[in-house]
Amino acid sequence: MSESDRHINFKLMRDHILAVQDGETPRGGKKYWRSLEELADTPVFREFVSREFPQQAEGWDDPIERRTFIKLMGASLALAGLSGCVFQPAEKVVPYVKQPEDEIPGKALFFATAAPLLGAAVPVLVRSNEGRPTKIEGNPDHPNNRPTDFPAEDPVWAPRGSSATDIFTQASILGLYDPLRSQTLTYREDIRTWTAFVGEIRSTLDEQRPKQGAGIRFLTESIISPTLGAQMNATLAAFPQAKWHQYEPANRDNVRAGAVAAFGQPVNTTYNFEQAKRILSLDCDFLSPIFPGHLRYSREFIAGRKITENSREMNRLYVVELTPSNTGAIADHTWEVKPSEFEAVARSIAAGVIQQSPAASANLAWIEPLVRDLQQHRGASIVMAGANQSPFIHALAHAMNEALGNVGKTVFYTDPLEVNSVDHRQSLQDLINDLDAGRVDLLVIIGGNPVYNTPTDLKLNFERLNKVNKLRVHFGEYRDETSELCHWHVPAAHYLESWGDTRSYDGTVTLIQPLIEPLYDGKTPSELLALFSDQYDRKPYEILKSYWQTQKSGGTGSTQPAQARPIAPQQQSATPAPSPAASPSQDFENWWRQALHDGFIPDSALPTKTVALSANWANQNQPATNQPASPDGFELVFRTDPSVYDGRFANNGWLQELPRPLTKVTWDNVAIVSPNAAQALTGSNTNGGAIKGREHYVPTADLVDQQGHTLRVPLWIMPGQPDGVVTIHLGYGRRNQIVNFGSATQDPVAGFNAYEIRTSYAPWFTTGIRLLPTPAQHLLATTQLHFTFEDPNFSREERDVLHSETLEEFLQGTKHDEEREHETLYTPYPYKDQAANAPNYAWGMAIDLNNCIGCNACTVACQSENNIPVVGKTEVVRSREMHWIRVDTYFRGFDPNRPEATNFMPVPCMHCENAPCEPVCPVHATVHSAEGLNDMVYNRCVGTKYCSNNCPYKVRRFNFFLYQDWNTQTYQLMRNPDVSVRSRGVMEKCTYCVQRIQGAKIQAELEDRRVQDGEIVTACQAVCPTEAIVFGDVNDPNSRVSKLKANERNYSLLGDLNTKPRTSYLSQLKNPNPQITQI
Amino acid sequence: MPQIFHHSTNALAKITIYGAVFIIVAALWVAVELNRSSWNTGQWVERQQPVQFSHKHHVGDDGIDCRYCHTSVETSAYAGLPPTTTCMNCHKQIWADSPYLEPVRASFRTGKPIEWIRVHDLPDFVYFNHSIHVKKGVGCSTCHGRIDQMPIAYQAAPLQMEWCLECHRAPERFVRKREKIFDMEWRPENKTAAELNEGRQLLAEYRIQGKHILESCSTCHR
Repeated sequence: MSESDRHINFKLMRDHILAVQDGETPRGGKKYWRSLEELADTPVFREFVSREFPQQAEGWDDPIERRTFIKLMGASLALAGLSGCVFQPAEKVVPYVKQPEDEIPGKALFFATAAPLLGAAVPVLVRSNEGRPTKIEGNPDHPNNRPTDFPAEDPVWAPRGSSATDIFTQASILGLYDPLRSQTLTYREDIRTWTAFVGEIRSTLDEQRPKQGAGIRFLTESIISPTLGAQMNATLAAFPQAKWHQYEPANRDNVRAGAVAAFGQPVNTTYNFEQAKRILSLDCDFLSPIFPGHLRYSREFIAGRKITENSREMNRLYVVELTPSNTGAIADHTWEVKPSEFEAVARSIAAGVIQQSPAASANLAWIEPLVRDLQQHRGASIVMAGANQSPFIHALAHAMNEALGNVGKTVFYTDPLEVNSVDHRQSLQDLINDLDAGRVDLLVIIGGNPVYNTPTDLKLNFERLNKVNKLRVHFGEYRDETSELCHWHVPAAHYLESWGDTRSYDGTVTLIQPLIEPLYDGKTPSELLALFSDQYDRKPYEILKSYWQTQKSGGTGSTQPAQARPIAPQQQSATPAPSPAASPSQDFENWWRQALHDGFIPDSALPTKTVALSANWANQNQPATNQPASPDGFELVFRTDPSVYDGRFANNGWLQELPRPLTKVTWDNVAIVSPNAAQALTGSNTNGGAIKGREHYVPTADLVDQQGHTLRVPLWIMPGQPDGVVTIHLGYGRRNQIVNFGSATQDPVAGFNAYEIRTSYAPWFTTGIRLLPTPAQHLLATTQLHFTFEDPNFSREERDVLHSETLEEFLQGTKHDEEREHETLYTPYPYKDQAANAPNYAWGMAIDLNNCIGCNACTVACQSENNIPVVGKTEVVRSREMHWIRVDTYFRGFDPNRPEATNFMPVPCMHCENAPCEPVCPVHATVHSAEGLNDMVYNRCVGTKYCSNNCPYKVRRFNFFLYQDWNTQTYQLMRNPDVSVRSRGVMEKCTYCVQRIQGAKIQAELEDRRVQDGEIVTACQAVCPTEAIVFGDVNDPNSRVSKLKANERNYSLLGDLNTKPRTSYLSQLKNPNPQITQI
Repeated sequence: MPQIFHHSTNALAKITIYGAVFIIVAALWVAVELNRSSWNTGQWVERQQPVQFSHKHHVGDDGIDCRYCHTSVETSAYAGLPPTTTCMNCHKQIWADSPYLEPVRASFRTGKPIEWIRVHDLPDFVYFNHSIHVKKGVGCSTCHGRIDQMPIAYQAAPLQMEWCLECHRAPERFVRKREKIFDMEWRPENKTAAELNEGRQLLAEYRIQGKHILESCSTCHR
């Protein structure tokens, strides 16, 4: 019998057995599904999962035919083998000439700084290995990250603050080492020196001085930094006729206008979720990393959903939104509403809340119970409006908070964070007017990429820029569309190379200190602005320090002398010794050094202020954006991209390859439509337009707006997207954009430019859009079908993956199965008695699905900590992404148009006690450690991939090619020195951050003690804003992880396989309003 | 037709057949021995350095403590190589004009570090930690040999994994009392019954963890 015959017979037999077992019934609907293909059980899905590990199928990139290649290889193998016998060249060891104080080679130092990436800064603590910044963590001592009951006396281990950050902050370390960052100062594409630039600017200024700078224009993004603001104001004072414009595409104009409408002045709103029992979000995605303060808000919001022995209450979140978001997925009730109908819905809610009358247009049954619920929690509720919504919605939210008595309890107002809060649209309009009138001699663009991202009607294009009479200067990290149209391009320093200051979401002044000298001769904005003052050669550190010295002696009141705040142990080394100083300058010096060490200026949060609601808030400001709905055609919603934001992170491979939380698309942007709409457009309501091999093609359409602009967009079908609404993301479609990620092919990044149809008067949604299906298909790298647990070809039973229940069900305790002990043939390993003198740790992890908000931060943090490569779009298409921890998104229910719920599930290696991967390895490259880790030994691995084939959780990743960039020198600086850099042909997977485990164990042994609970924090745990991931010793019954595992919500993923995973999950809880039956 | 081969050639054939087995075994043995030899491991090879620094002189004759230069051996994974300023502490006073020390003075003048040749080079996938070994009673000479007698430093041990495992499998054979860590004359291996007995006591006293833990792959490979 030939090989193929046997194969076919086996398949026939298996099919036969399965058919008999299941009585030939096709699978009914599913409870949980990750993709529409899976729900519909389409042939595409079956084809995709029939090869369970499609990433391992043969892929042939070379032009040489496979057989020829093997012939050649056969001959050269013996010779190639000999070349392995070459001696490594002698390595050099280079000590310091003068070793820096506090520096111990081999030990990392941590420095506090701040990541000013988009608006309000994230306070961070950056790990530095011998002077190279290698990993970013949150600053746990920053007031934003500390719990409110933080004990000032004894903060050593116990209640340290959160070290959470977000995807952008985590990935910014890759930006620092990006070899494609602009490296030299240029004039008309020629390399020039800084002094030449200074000379040119100074001579231009001399010409401008007689006209009081009438021809000078600055265009910046929002400026929050107090020092930079002061410099800008000083420049404007020296040149009274000069003007300063601010524009960002994803600006907060609506928030500002809403506050002006409600209170007559712009305010910054902050929230206290600790006291909030009911939250209503009007299209406000406050759990996403683009929302100022999201780290604290997510932490406190999730803390309010924690069920303990004593507290059996959960907060409740209602979300009304235009398009599915993470916040909507977490919410207890989510309603998708069309943009054109949103205001009416918001009005009827507001009418109920404010006038306490039944809603005017209460054709929606859920509004009344919602209003009642909010009113029952006066002073303990929050109403939020999203930055994308019109000013009127913001005014409504302010009025509702006022009416519910939330102001001063859960909602607080302060002055705006920005130094000069302006309406960005108006500001850009003024600049364009001046440009068109030829009134501009010198245009200085500081940051941003306005040529790319300004709206169509206020486009900063070549014609307009060409009307600048003398000079155009662009200051930015990258050479981009804007720098091409400017005479001078000045490379900006990364924030990890800069001195500066900024504010966090509540206004706390957070200091930026450099971790490394500028790699590419970048300048800080302070240095650039100094050119416009008399002291044009001042260094950024001097500028910063002298500003704060003036502030301090000027007595602004907000800056108190530093009290001796306790220092966390790992930072101690960098603490300046407090000296018994007397003189004021010495006082300042001590205060300053302490502030730099801590990373923030104490008690500098903006004071809350009382603002009164204007009497006529409801009457003014009928928004211009409220366009009538066209009866036919789609409504279009613009959103910033979840990964590349407005396009500023487009060069970051980690972010490009990060699957977007809900669509799981990478390296691309898509137009999101509902299943019904897709059915009408393309005749299919699943995403797999076609699968050629493993390539996933989706249909495309031409998106035509009212002005007749056309965009070719790939269609992505999103469960829960409202019918008649299409959502597109900004930030893609840059010209010739290349992302450096190593030796893999560098295809230009695809995607379409949504700015081409975005207008300044309708920046967030518009109507009258037509979608015209095209025959073209677009190859999309989406990970939605990758690593799925289900295989309908094999088993028709839905597997037990995700657990979610309502609070009521949980409290009644109706749904709990006892964890069964299964029989096993393995000899149990004595984890409680591992060896002589062993401390008997047994490492384990608990992931609380109730806490997971699907923000993906764990995936990027893991990538940064563990030197995980970027593989590129072509390889993602082949299911070969390397992320050690993935976040799966599940939809629930049987109707693709209205999924009942959306759930997130992070999946790292389970570290099974009965690990199926271990017995199949022929070379013992994956073995168990005495403490229960499933060790992966890279230098033993020969790449059979058997382990990956045998892993039921599909968490093993194989280096098919040399994904890791071994050549780019800057990337070598970035790598974590405690983790091996893997080469091609090697399997890898989550190690539970074994380098951190071993580091903590060694430190504990050196100090003659046990490792304390909470001392080992894995990278994913450290970054998690909601503490969904807890790691620790499961042998210690008092550890946090043991307590979580003892919780009745605890379960093992695919527990029936008896793999005894060390990573376990806690089921998710929802707290729906019992009075609302309609979902 | 006469026989081509004489009868006696049968013996030759037999010898060849059985000899082949012997040759294969011998070739394997040679390969293994070559792999373990200093030709492969670099053991005993004296490395020429930019400055002919003599451990024999500084340690053996002058009696300078190891930790004067290798400052972080008790606290960090890396024992630490002295910065140029450490050399200059003494050599701005003594041998201040010696031509041998010109690279040191040049480094001090120019701020350009001295590039030493690494003598003990472990593969990059091995994460050896000095501090924990010192803490647990593994002395310098156990791995580095009689460094006090080396005018030019060389690698005294093969540094192959089987060599590491000798100790990780039976630490009682190599551990010593902490006060003897820097004792160069200490005999590295405990051989007599009394010495082994003391080794076993130290295992308990220093809480040196048993073989299952020391043998786990992730103890050294990450």
